[in-house]
Amino acid sequence: MRPERPPIDPDVDLGDPRQRAELRGGTVSLLGAIAVGGMLGAVVRHGLAVAFPHPPRGFPWATFTVNVSGCLLIGVLMVLITEAWTAPRLVRPFLGVGVLGGYTTFSTYAIEVQQAVAAGAARTALLYLAGTLVAALASVRVGVTLTRLATGVARQRSYG
Amino acid sequence: MSVILVALGAALGAPLRYLVDRAVQARHGSAFPWGTFTVNVVGSFILGVLIGGAAVGAVPGSLVALLGVGLCGALTTYSTFGYETVRLFEAGRRFHALFNAGASVVAALGAAFVGVALAEALWS
Repeated sequence: MRPERPPIDPDVDLGDPRQRAELRGGTVSLLGAIAVGGMLGAVVRHGLAVAFPHPPRGFPWATFTVNVSGCLLIGVLMVLITEAWTAPRLVRPFLGVGVLGGYTTFSTYAIEVQQAVAAGAARTALLYLAGTLVAALASVRVGVTLTRLATGVARQRSYG
Repeated sequence: MSVILVALGAALGAPLRYLVDRAVQARHGSAFPWGTFTVNVVGSFILGVLIGGAAVGAVPGSLVALLGVGLCGALTTYSTFGYETVRLFEAGRRFHALFNAGASVVAALGAAFVGVALAEALWS
């Protein structure tokens, strides 16, 4: 059964009886799926950070790209598995909590703002701070909207 | 070599985010996503301590890869934060959405600055 409306928290929503119960019976497979997904996401993020380093006063494009693209993908994923289809048990834990959660990062974003300020690049820091926020939220919205249109769920449901 | 440490850290960080999120939600029945807020602020603080410690030579690069890039990177999340903010807005909870965006950024940034300052005070 799909919940009545999409969740607020895509990692886990205890208001959804299925998610509330998902830790009982299959704890190892659940946490294992999250761990493996998290490893994959983090390794890709690390690979991009190594491939595209930024100078101390430069714009952190690698993390920016990771966070904005991860936000686009969570929008697509959540519409597919909570609005368009009913997904098998481990899909959300593996792809949403694990892969996309491990791929995107708030801590590196915060520390890169701090490092830019410490390097004397306050303007870059502010641009990165606000630019990531605006682009990431817009990406979620684009991912959600386009996927609803593509799957035809847009007309059938309300999202309150 | 560092890629293995990043993967190991993330294998702990991602499930930890899920478990902390559950624990926080179980205590707060509110619609506001305090669980994600908590992991993002705590992870930013820990990464701040590690980066600050590394800058003064007190924390080795391998530990930054394991606990910083891997564990804190996977413990914290932008995708979950972004989806929650958009969903709150869409559900008519516009104040919650704006508060989530503003408070998460300010608190995580503050935590990162405090973490770095604390590490520099401790180890220099």
